[in-house]
Amino acid sequence: MRSPIISFQNFSFQYRAQKQPTLHDINLNIYPGERILICGPSGSGKSTLASCINGLIPFSYPGECTGTLTVDGVDAPRSSIFELSRHVGTVLQDPDGQFIGLTVGEDIAFALENDCVPQDEMHVITDRVAGLVGVENHLGYAPHELSGGQKQRVSLAGVMVDQVKILLFDEPLANLDPATGKQAIELIDEIQQKSDTTVIIIEHRLEDVLWRHVDRIVLVNDGRILADTTPDELLSTQLLTENGIREPLYLTALRYAGVAVTPEKQPDHAQRLLLSDEDTQKIRSWYSACTPAPQPDERPVLLEVKDLSFGYTKEKKNLQNISFQIRKGEMVAIVGRNGAGKSTLSKLICGFEMPDSGAILMDGRDIADDSIRQRAMRIGYVMQNPNQMISKNMIFDEVSLGIRNTGLSEDEIRARVEDTLKICGLYPFRNWPISALSFGQKKRVTIASVLVMGPELIILDEPTAGQDFRHYTEIMEFLRGLNQQGVTVAMITHDMHLMLEYTPRALVFSDTQLIADRSAAEVLCDPEMIAEAALKETSLFTLAQRCGIAPPEAFVERFIEYDREVRSHGSEHGA
Amino acid sequence: MAANTVLNYLPRKSVVHELTGTTKLAFFLLFTFASMITYDTRVLICLMLFSFAVFHLSKIQLREVRFMLVFMLAFLFLNNLFIFLFDPDQGTNLYGTRTVLFHLFWRYDVTAEQLFYMFNISLKYFVALPIAILFISATNPSEFAASLNKIGVSYRIGYAVSIALRYIPDIQRDYHNISQAQQARGVELGKKEKLISRLKNSVSILMPLIMSSLSRIDIISNAMELRGFGKDKKKRTWYVQRPFKRNDWIALAIGVGLLVFSAVVTFWDGNRFFNPFQ
Repeated sequence: MRSPIISFQNFSFQYRAQKQPTLHDINLNIYPGERILICGPSGSGKSTLASCINGLIPFSYPGECTGTLTVDGVDAPRSSIFELSRHVGTVLQDPDGQFIGLTVGEDIAFALENDCVPQDEMHVITDRVAGLVGVENHLGYAPHELSGGQKQRVSLAGVMVDQVKILLFDEPLANLDPATGKQAIELIDEIQQKSDTTVIIIEHRLEDVLWRHVDRIVLVNDGRILADTTPDELLSTQLLTENGIREPLYLTALRYAGVAVTPEKQPDHAQRLLLSDEDTQKIRSWYSACTPAPQPDERPVLLEVKDLSFGYTKEKKNLQNISFQIRKGEMVAIVGRNGAGKSTLSKLICGFEMPDSGAILMDGRDIADDSIRQRAMRIGYVMQNPNQMISKNMIFDEVSLGIRNTGLSEDEIRARVEDTLKICGLYPFRNWPISALSFGQKKRVTIASVLVMGPELIILDEPTAGQDFRHYTEIMEFLRGLNQQGVTVAMITHDMHLMLEYTPRALVFSDTQLIADRSAAEVLCDPEMIAEAALKETSLFTLAQRCGIAPPEAFVERFIEYDREVRSHGSEHGA
Repeated sequence: MAANTVLNYLPRKSVVHELTGTTKLAFFLLFTFASMITYDTRVLICLMLFSFAVFHLSKIQLREVRFMLVFMLAFLFLNNLFIFLFDPDQGTNLYGTRTVLFHLFWRYDVTAEQLFYMFNISLKYFVALPIAILFISATNPSEFAASLNKIGVSYRIGYAVSIALRYIPDIQRDYHNISQAQQARGVELGKKEKLISRLKNSVSILMPLIMSSLSRIDIISNAMELRGFGKDKKKRTWYVQRPFKRNDWIALAIGVGLLVFSAVVTFWDGNRFFNPFQ
């Protein structure tokens, strides 16, 4: 029997500021060369577990450890963060925030510099590692000249210069577009094969990580390990769903169709999945039994964008000849790779930037002469990071900010704010300080502070980025509720699930152009479109193809409709 | 999005860029001192020509440093204006003669001496300006940190500067985004607002900016520690460090030479001013 490279024995940890331990009685062995996925919902303790391995706990975030933790022969809680950094390389979640150097080369060499490695040797190592992750031609680039995926490659190179035996990835997919996320998983796979390291990935986006093989999944919730087994075993149970982790969509589809998921079927990948003729038949008949969603009737146009072009500089256009319409009461996704022009579009609509040519119409009227403020009364804009919008200490003050100085009396303001807080489910908290709220609640506060102005359209930038399934559902159901009350919603998103489940229509941007304006299911079943806009095909598409169901997008649409029914009634009829 | 910083490093391949940061700092100090001690027009013109030549050698275009240039020229204009307003006879006091060119109003005569004095002041700006701009634009901040460390300054200080430069564009972008979103909620920062409410309103941008910067700091300090920053208290090596070369010695020698030249010519006749009026 090999000896483990990481070993937790009866390990518990309690943050100094907290009353309860965050990790309880952890027993976990990880062996050299293994590939482990640690998953769990937000607040489950999975990040705390990772921080124990790389030494951020207890050295940066103090607290009390009991039991033992050995990392590559080192007694982790009694060594130091520097000692552990020789054994464990950590790639943090935010590829931009952890970019330390002014250029790629400097950033990769950062650990070597701190180690006092002589300069010539440092250059040799940096060049070699840069080649390994494929950034050898960008050594002189500054961070803002790189894409998100390239920055992540640099982060990975930066920890590999130390010849670490363990690579730890903390939510590597959180900030990437779907295609880049897929490449990141492929890169991790490739690097592990080349360097013979042990890889630990912390993620709640299970389906995306399973794009490449993992040996074991460790499921964590409430600070305890609930499962530690192979993907095939774990996916055959209900444990994931019960603990707020979304299982891969193709498996949900199998269950709805009455196909039992067992380890023998190899359920960890939609392509590898073994389907008997009987199974295929079941899926087909489930498909025919499902009724397609009714087509909504045509409603009047709310927003029309006509032949819009814009560039931050004269030399380079950021958007070219964009034309589309959004109808009243619609819910639309705006998708495409980073830098394709999605955020720029929302800035033009809100009036933060002025178009070079083209027009934006609300209810058929050109709004070119309306100020930012005038537009804001009709079009609300919610930023990705709520911390960037919140400027007051108290919820009431924050939400009322937008309707101050509009001639309303104090009573009218109070009434409107309270109404908005009720809609957003924040009324019980109205006198709370904002700092006491969770991330999701803060998000609601920012939405409330925009809603209070009574906009007909709200545009949200990445409303669910970095959220686990429970919070994702919470935010999206809330938005759907608003939508049903008549607010038109447009969302910039990288989340393919969001797009499938909540927005019937998707505007796809690629390289300054609007390349498609179609149903989300159609977009995600079109391999060419997927490649061009850096999206990722849905595994439902793969499943439909394998069962010979055509057109695949009809299968996807019926699945989504069915799934919505099931989830809104809180029970399953299929399985 | 184009992140335009006011003070930024502009990488080029030039003799000036290839000097080490220490050399540039030392030369900058020597040269500034040489221009400070003298009001001798002949010396100033020599130094100015030299300064222009060095700027040309750096291959940095004037339009790339337009902002700094305009800023300093505006400052120069104000400086001259106030010299004239406060003491229109400063030139006469210095040069001993009074050649009135024309009368303006009240006590303000325009004299040849005053104009000449202000011309000298302006020359000093043009002497120091190109070198100052170069010191900022042609010095790689990390390499500067490296060379400061080499002469005994703690690497933590140099690195703090480096990190600040790394994050200035990001924070500017945050600021931009935050202020746009706040404007949409009626937080006006425009000229129409009264000063008090503008100040009050700027707080509603600062608070989110500070909050998001704090979380940036948290991430960056974790990332640095995880990669061993501060492992060795005194020493660290540098990816971009350059050895002291022949050109560095030459540059230093020129710096010292210019200072001596300026001092000798200026104080030769016991007067810091070159006087064409006698």
